[in-house]
Amino acid sequence: MVFLWSFIVGGLICVVGQLLLDVGKLTPGHTLSTLVVAGAILDGLGLYEPLIDFAGAGATVPITSFGNSLVHGALEEAEKHGLIGVVTGMFEVTSSGISAAIIFGMIGAIFFKAKG
Amino acid sequence: MKDHQTNYKDYEKAQEPKRPLLKNCIKAFLIGGLICVIGQVISTIYMYFFDFTEQTVGNPTVATLIFITMLLTGFGVYDRIAQFAGAGTAVPVTGFGNAVISAAIEHRTEGFVQGVGGNMFKLAGSVILFGVFSAFIIALIKTIFSYWSGA
Repeated sequence: MVFLWSFIVGGLICVVGQLLLDVGKLTPGHTLSTLVVAGAILDGLGLYEPLIDFAGAGATVPITSFGNSLVHGALEEAEKHGLIGVVTGMFEVTSSGISAAIIFGMIGAIFFKAKG
Repeated sequence: MKDHQTNYKDYEKAQEPKRPLLKNCIKAFLIGGLICVIGQVISTIYMYFFDFTEQTVGNPTVATLIFITMLLTGFGVYDRIAQFAGAGTAVPVTGFGNAVISAAIEHRTEGFVQGVGGNMFKLAGSVILFGVFSAFIIALIKTIFSYWSGA
């Protein structure tokens, strides 16, 4: 069942992105930034976590989850260490996306040649 | 002069091809949903065979998806899928990975420091910037608010 919901929820988030591109006439950069900020706001309101419980990867794979986990890490650390934790805990939860992108980007640059 | 400019803007608008909105949305929905299902399959495997919970499984899933993205980008397949799917490939985290990896590969010819290092986050940088900054503001507000209401 979670497979179906992850398909539907993940697909719908992508449709929102497509609407921002086509109807809102935003550039891809603006679209992705908007979605990340939206994810952060949704987590601030406490709405993103229930969505992950409900849709699994349908909520964690779209870029909105990046904003969500940034807020999450910051808040978790802020609970332990006070206000400074907002800065120090930022990348606590979401480390893998950025580190994977950097590592595989480097490996890709070593082993692949640009086409065209 | 000004009149010419507005005239041209009207002309440009009229000449712009209509985007097939519904078709684009369906494509984005199908491909985006499919990528999320692949992510769900990977998550399930990690939860079943390794010690991950539903809360922690997001991290290895994202890393695995970006690894797959590297292969697809390197072999030039990702761009072809992206042309078809639009936001369906851009919005999932694979789109973020593709932006970083394709920039890294593309600027390889300019050397590793100036080229790869300098251009890697050319496209994806704004996602990180606005993600981090908005998360900072939101977490700050929430933390101050909880102090204020708690104490």
